[in-house]
Amino acid sequence: MALTTADVARLADLARIELSAEELERFAPELDIVLAAVASVSEVAGSDVTPMSHALALTNVFRDDVVRPSLTPAQALAMAPAVEDDRFRAPRILTEEG
Amino acid sequence: MSDLMDYDEVMERFDPALGLEVHVELNTATKMFCGCDNTPGGEPNTKTCPVCLGLPGSLPVVNGKAVESAIRIGLALNCQVASWCRFARKNYFYPDMTKNFQTSQYDEPICFDGHVNIDVDGETYRIDIERVHMEEDAGKLTHAGVTGRIHGADYSLVDYNRAGTPLMEIVTRPILGLGERTPVVARAYMAHLRELMVALGVSDARMEAGNMRCDANVSLAPKGAHVLGTRSETKNVNSLKAVEGALRHEIRRQGALLAAGERVIQETRHWHEEGWTSPGRSKEEAEDYRYFPEPDLVPVAAGASWVEQLRATLPEPPAQRRARLQAAWGFADLEMRDVTGTPGSIDLIEATVTAGASAASARKWWLGELARRANERGIELAEVGVSAAQVAGVQRLVDAGTINDKLARAVFDGLLAGEGTPDEIVAARGLAVVSDDGALGAAVDAAIAAHPDVAQKIRDGKVQAAGALIGAIMKQMRGKADAARVRQLILEKLS
Repeated sequence: MALTTADVARLADLARIELSAEELERFAPELDIVLAAVASVSEVAGSDVTPMSHALALTNVFRDDVVRPSLTPAQALAMAPAVEDDRFRAPRILTEEG
Repeated sequence: MSDLMDYDEVMERFDPALGLEVHVELNTATKMFCGCDNTPGGEPNTKTCPVCLGLPGSLPVVNGKAVESAIRIGLALNCQVASWCRFARKNYFYPDMTKNFQTSQYDEPICFDGHVNIDVDGETYRIDIERVHMEEDAGKLTHAGVTGRIHGADYSLVDYNRAGTPLMEIVTRPILGLGERTPVVARAYMAHLRELMVALGVSDARMEAGNMRCDANVSLAPKGAHVLGTRSETKNVNSLKAVEGALRHEIRRQGALLAAGERVIQETRHWHEEGWTSPGRSKEEAEDYRYFPEPDLVPVAAGASWVEQLRATLPEPPAQRRARLQAAWGFADLEMRDVTGTPGSIDLIEATVTAGASAASARKWWLGELARRANERGIELAEVGVSAAQVAGVQRLVDAGTINDKLARAVFDGLLAGEGTPDEIVAARGLAVVSDDGALGAAVDAAIAAHPDVAQKIRDGKVQAAGALIGAIMKQMRGKADAARVRQLILEKLS
């Protein structure tokens, strides 16, 4: 499977990463090598190996429904680039839904 | 605004297909993946922590109660419960979600393959449920700037109190064959879900507060063609009336487009309370959330014994309970409809009957005096501040002849002011009805003397004129006279 520059451009757009034409040309084959490396894992894993999405064989790790203290608004907002009325201030949104 | 086709004409030419995605916020004490307070509202950003703010290095942990609620919802919708399922990341960039992904479920929902039967005007409609999955709600955006609406907004302000609230998404399979009843059945389905959520106790399910909201999908296909047309999805519809209205509008709008030889664009739309929809984001090609399994959360494995334990906690289905109580209480359909139409009243009446009052008197107080007080204050009936036991106590005093209905209202004033039990309030406020013949007899004599013309009419046989004298006596005694005894005394003295 060969990634096209169009594939990479689409992924970059979805990930909100701006790439130049040169970068697209360079990353397409590089990402191909990464994908091939990952694909080689499935060659090693035989039918006796169960696919897993987690490193731990645990299920049902739950928390009791008991309230714990939250941050103060000052703490929550401390690292925000912009704040107004105890709210995070975000850039205007034009293209997506509300 | 778009061209609309006459609704009946659309129905002559097209078959609508319906699909509903309903989001339900759970009323757990804490959020889905962290211990922050999950009660709605509050000052902005007072209910956040590193987990629900998505700060690097924070680790989510699943709220076990929320999983139980999800399973109970699934069981109440006749679903299968997955013996093993995972959470997934739904990736998108939007300021209502700090992590740039929503923790949700994708190909492994916790519950699937269910159905509900909806009764509308004597007809039963089966709605197939495709899935119920767990996810989290997003923060609340306020668009600031020139117009206050999203288009033309200069910037947005974000409050993350709601971010991480447990959210259940209930998705139907395509519902076909409803014809002109499509919007009405959709509305009835929403009402059914709302009632079910309240009965399960898993959500406040107040649509006006956004606890429950609906994405309504509808498409049209040429009549009899048995294909699916291109759908529109009207997002976040948050009242029963709006669900019906949005679907009717979309059916008429799509009908006009198709009749004109144009095509329906697959897109999300926004509902406006004035009765129309406007386009949101086009969905063609736009939807690519790059789901993948959430590495920070281990799978949920609902074993059979756990599921059966939860099944045992399911309440009696609301429609069945309504029918049972209506029969037990001897209410006419119309009387029962008032009960059904007043949220919370069925529970309060039931508790009041359990506390010893007759069903008719319980209904009278809750839907009359107490509903009036709740409406005046804009609160739910259950929040009015009087308990079922207190209502039964007041009615006991009425039944015993100690007070009448009018004096009972003053007892409710006393109860709301925290003046003690109904008996204590009657004593302290001096509310007991006067039925002592000595006091009443003197009042009757005075009234006859003051209204000789009325007295003469009664002597002449016009018994109904006694009402005027009774009124005068009640006024003079500030409502505390035993009206029935007063009437007897008047008639005895004037016969």
